[in-house]
Amino acid sequence: MNNPTTPAAIELRQVTKTYRDATALDNVSLRLEGNRIYGLLGRNGAGKTTLMSVLTGQGFQTSGEALVFGQHPYENDGVLSRICFIRESQRYPEDFSAQRAFKSASLFFKHWDQAFADQLVEEFQLPLKRRIKKLSRGQLSAVGVIIGLASRAEITFFDEPYLGLDAVARQIFYDRLVEDFAAHPRTIILSSHLIDEVANLLEHVVLIDRGRIILDDDAEAIRGTAVTVAGNASAVQSFAAGREVLHRESLGSLASWTVEGRMTNAERAEAAELGLELAPVSLQQLVVRKTMAATDAVLDTDSELEVLK
Amino acid sequence: MIDDSRPIFLQIAELIENDIVDGALAEESQVPSTNEFAAFYRINPATAAKGVNRLVDDGILYKKRGIGMFVAAGARSRLVAQRRDDFFREYVQPMTREARKLGISTAQLTEMLHRTESTSDMTEGSVSR
Repeated sequence: MNNPTTPAAIELRQVTKTYRDATALDNVSLRLEGNRIYGLLGRNGAGKTTLMSVLTGQGFQTSGEALVFGQHPYENDGVLSRICFIRESQRYPEDFSAQRAFKSASLFFKHWDQAFADQLVEEFQLPLKRRIKKLSRGQLSAVGVIIGLASRAEITFFDEPYLGLDAVARQIFYDRLVEDFAAHPRTIILSSHLIDEVANLLEHVVLIDRGRIILDDDAEAIRGTAVTVAGNASAVQSFAAGREVLHRESLGSLASWTVEGRMTNAERAEAAELGLELAPVSLQQLVVRKTMAATDAVLDTDSELEVLK
Repeated sequence: MIDDSRPIFLQIAELIENDIVDGALAEESQVPSTNEFAAFYRINPATAAKGVNRLVDDGILYKKRGIGMFVAAGARSRLVAQRRDDFFREYVQPMTREARKLGISTAQLTEMLHRTESTSDMTEGSVSR
């Protein structure tokens, strides 16, 4: 899989991107193999969109190297024609209808599937002839989702593609994504805040915080790596001894801690002996805990620096 | 269904095993494709494939080239034997632990087991008190 002769679909080498006084990407190195569904997760302003902009040639890094199919994407039509980037607030020319937007997309993307696009139009109940600027927020998102799916580009970036889509429309998106990916494997980078909804679709997860990657692992490797232990506070404390604690909550003599580490059967039995409840931690909870733990670490360093001054 | 406690591929493997143990998937019958599993459980197709391949590696399923995946002969009895080994740890131990907590003696526990056995032995139409 890490065959050095075939370039990765995406590779970042120590990429930094600064805007005036803000650092959007801070020395990011990342290698993503092709034909997988990736989750690009992180808070607003963490650097997700900047990362995708650099990879799609819509921005240029301040330093470092960004490679797509082993080449620089910036002003490189050979690479850009194989990439589809659906932005959160994708803009279209003033007078375009959805139909016209699909027509343009069909000319640009060589694997465009018109029958698939037609099916999606039907499922999303999208008015084809109305001007895009007259569409509702959800319908506008549907236009982007349809282009992203029907283009079948070798790499497709979905940057929060679901704004205004209701739960039913989002489920249609996820279902068609899984089916079409199974039939036509390609690289999908899905940036989303609705982590619980997409968690099971992801093969690999990249979590960004403040321009740095704080988690880069297979979803299956992450699943079950943290557990919430609840019960008598002293029992929780003794059970959690020697483990990384991501989060602590307490209520009177009761405590509920989120600890890292996969539980063995022996440990489960031990927890039961102590009268403790073990509950699984979802990917969304884990992302929240990890991000908050990273924030605490940054704050701690900052205050230590303050003390040193 | 799928939960967050363990890797999904293990859960998929177990769901298929359950179907084999309770007879929903008969030996020598065809199982759905990995893409069908992925679509049905709304999971990543690579993850579904990993779960199915685990059962192929264990000899529970086998591949017929170009046709699909089938339940191996003898798969059910092998799974049942495995599960009997797990039964003590997963059911008997937690039960005795809870019984101890509640002050239920081994004799009382045995008596309860006899009682459930006779209830489940009762045929339909018999009057239960």
